[in-house]
Amino acid sequence: MFAELTNFGGGLFDEFRRLQDEMEGLYGRWPLPAGIRSVARGTYPPINIGATTEQVDVYLFTAGLDPKTLDISLQQNLLTVSGERHAPVKEEANYYRKERFDGPFRRLITLPDDVDPDRVEAHYRDGVLEIHIKRREATRPRQIEVK
Amino acid sequence: MAETNSERKNVKQSGSPGVQQREREPDVVLRPPVDIYEDADGITLMADMPGVSRDRLTIEVDKDMLLVEGDARVDMPEGMEALYADVRSTRYRRSFTLSGELEAGQIDASLKDGVLSVRIPKRAKVRPRKIEVRGE
Repeated sequence: MFAELTNFGGGLFDEFRRLQDEMEGLYGRWPLPAGIRSVARGTYPPINIGATTEQVDVYLFTAGLDPKTLDISLQQNLLTVSGERHAPVKEEANYYRKERFDGPFRRLITLPDDVDPDRVEAHYRDGVLEIHIKRREATRPRQIEVK
Repeated sequence: MAETNSERKNVKQSGSPGVQQREREPDVVLRPPVDIYEDADGITLMADMPGVSRDRLTIEVDKDMLLVEGDARVDMPEGMEALYADVRSTRYRRSFTLSGELEAGQIDASLKDGVLSVRIPKRAKVRPRKIEVRGE
């Protein structure tokens, strides 16, 4: 399922660059420029973005979220998703691990230029928020007939 | 020098190429973030496993080992190309060892919106008892 998602097209270079950036950040060499909106590894929530010629899909892995706290907006090709995840600490309990994210989050995601902000759909299921954005028809590949 | 050579040979000889390939195949497993806390009656484990539905989740207790596994399922259109991916696998797995005072047979688990909560009660006799201090 995500086999397709690990099969990178253009994204590979971003990923490689991010890795390199992190490595070089550790060892103090001059880093390559990072994407201006790229975020540090481990930022909540994790996201995947996939595209077909017809649409762009954004998946946010936000388990246990109240969809009412969500605010999704799309301005041209900049998608903003904010919300709040509650994983409160129980009082009178002794914690061994507290790894789950708790609190408000906000992510800004740059999408391809040809997305249509008027045709967006979002679903929340099993802890995954899916946002489907249609692309404009003019940019889809068209079959050209030879007469 | 000779020793290094023979070592290298040994490494090459062990296992058929097929086996080696299988070993090298990236079996990427997601390690779900967890909260684990204890109160007077037992231990609670909460795990974030977005994309996992109830029928794709397994919780096993083998002796003192608690294993949590799940398969995430996200419907994606055919021919989708990845532009970006934080999540590189659909398989969640994490295990913990339990200790003897926990009642492994009485584990209770529930799943809601991708959040798993597992409750492991303590044996009745090890629950803390209030000790009364008598006055004179």
